[in-house]
Amino acid sequence: MTNENVALSFEDLHIQFTLRGQVLKAIRGISLDVYKGESLAIVGESGSGKSVFTKSAMGLLDANGTIAGGHIWYDGRDLAQFKTEKEWLSVRGKEIAMVMQDPMTSLNPLKSVGDQILEAVVLHQGLKGAAAKAAAVDALRAVGIDQPERRYKQYPHEFSGGMRQRVVIAIAVACRPKILICDEPTTALDVTIQAQILDLIKNLQKQLDLTTIYITHDLGVVANVADRIAVMYAGDIVEVGRCDEVFYDPKHPYTWALLSSLPQLGVKGQALYSIQGTPPNLFQEVQGDAFAPRNPQALNIDFVERPPYFEVSPTHKARTWLLDPRAPKVEPPEHIRLLKERGGLSRG
Amino acid sequence: MGKYICKRVLRAFFTLFIIITILFSLLRFMPEEGYFENYDKLSDIEIQVKLNSLGLNDPLPKQLTRFYGQLARGDLGTSNVYRRGVSINEIIAEKIPISIRLGLVSFVLSLVMGLSLGIWMARSTRSVWKIGDKLGTVFIVIIQAVPSAVYHIVIQFVGSQYGTLPMLFDAAKPVSYILPILSLSIGSTAYYAMWLRRYMVDESNKDYVQLARAKGVPGGDISRRHIFRNAMIPLVQYIPGSILSTLMGSLYVESLYSIPGMGGLLITAIKRQDNTLVQALVLIYAVISILGLLFGDILMAIVDPRISLNRKEGAR
Repeated sequence: MTNENVALSFEDLHIQFTLRGQVLKAIRGISLDVYKGESLAIVGESGSGKSVFTKSAMGLLDANGTIAGGHIWYDGRDLAQFKTEKEWLSVRGKEIAMVMQDPMTSLNPLKSVGDQILEAVVLHQGLKGAAAKAAAVDALRAVGIDQPERRYKQYPHEFSGGMRQRVVIAIAVACRPKILICDEPTTALDVTIQAQILDLIKNLQKQLDLTTIYITHDLGVVANVADRIAVMYAGDIVEVGRCDEVFYDPKHPYTWALLSSLPQLGVKGQALYSIQGTPPNLFQEVQGDAFAPRNPQALNIDFVERPPYFEVSPTHKARTWLLDPRAPKVEPPEHIRLLKERGGLSRG
Repeated sequence: MGKYICKRVLRAFFTLFIIITILFSLLRFMPEEGYFENYDKLSDIEIQVKLNSLGLNDPLPKQLTRFYGQLARGDLGTSNVYRRGVSINEIIAEKIPISIRLGLVSFVLSLVMGLSLGIWMARSTRSVWKIGDKLGTVFIVIIQAVPSAVYHIVIQFVGSQYGTLPMLFDAAKPVSYILPILSLSIGSTAYYAMWLRRYMVDESNKDYVQLARAKGVPGGDISRRHIFRNAMIPLVQYIPGSILSTLMGSLYVESLYSIPGMGGLLITAIKRQDNTLVQALVLIYAVISILGLLFGDILMAIVDPRISLNRKEGAR
């Protein structure tokens, strides 16, 4: 924790789960700095460990999951060493809050939305009684809900999906956190509502000076909101860089494959690109580059030794042997050039 | 809410009306012995005179209207065989207080024990060895799987042999209440524990619990404010019904401890062919069931905001 600008720093983090006596290595040595005030997007396919990775910073891993090694630095403290609930309560909500994927299920159906926001206000803003209630109403107003006084008393089933997600955001914001983790905040929503919710989060980020971490597999969302992108594959971050760097100058074969699968890049009459094979079984030790078996251009060394990070620029690094000076020159696929020519991804 | 309750009450009355009509009409098909203590010894004329005086030779609609009026005055009729000439209200008034007293105490006991056991089991599912959950499951499986007669006898035997408690019930000795109450409550204790545990485990895996944790609510508060409350919703519906059903007593437990309660009355009435008594008791059973469902639904509407008026929305 030398850098003043770093809000949250993961250092060689390992997380494993014990399932039916077997050990699953869900996160395999991730190091990542999250800078204050930035908006970082973590992308990757389902099961790549995006959610597990961020949940570890809030102590919300399932009971069978443990941090097997590494550090999570926040404000001079190592969250990875936290054992008791009391320690975690000093971070959850207060410092790091979360917006979850499905607004239909993430609110308690039997409590009025006001009560649920109030819970956060009382816990984290130190207010009581009428002042707390006023703060909760303000939180509803801040997320763009009309007639907040009336809506305060209503129950989640009286809200639409988009409105519920606004309530969930209101709860998160009412905690007055410094970091906001948005775990696929728009996946369960209508396309037209998605943009509104993303705008709302962006505005709140500016107003409240939040650091936001988005977890998503929707690259359209990423292009809209993120300053930086971290690409995850099989429990590891294979490439991280500024948005334009990763989108227009990707280096890792997995990032190439991921971007090539964008439907926007499809050519009429041709089948869309899809990545062959399946992700590795994390119950077994992964040899070399986890993506190598699915990579048609994999080098021999990819199967033997895990690549280190190679810096492309001070802000851009990737874990691939292709960046080694000794590596043969491998051109990124056609699609990546197309992406550059088209000037990127537009919303929707 | 008011409208919902009104509708529900009206529907309950309508159901009751149908039950009374069918019950009364069906019992009129029963042999006429059921109105006499000494049918065999009576001559045909005597029988006809008696039937006439009871109004049983009138056309059915006339009898029905008379019966409605009688019920409206709170009169359940007169027993003709079981205790000749004694009003049924009186027979029941003697027996019901004992059943209620034992029933209510065992209801409260089973609720307290069952819910505590359920909470304990649900909490222990998150521990490493799950000892609480395993022990509780053993208890529940035994109670559910073993015929109740067996564990009632075990309770009576162990309690009276080793616990030196009275084996039989004696209204004057409060200590003799212990074993019957234990017997009466153990079944529903297992029932409450089983369902509360199940619903609490269900609820604790839901997203809103995770969100509550993410916003920094301490675990104990989550259990109380979120999980327990929501897990109780499906159980709340059955509580009025189980309170009311204590009115009827328990046939087996009451005969085992020789408790002069309501338990065996209906069986006795049927065996003795006392038509009016059967009719009154079946009616009481029906009223209790209807009230149990009615209060259950009303209580449910009070505690669950999603139930409102007529709107049908996603079933639980």
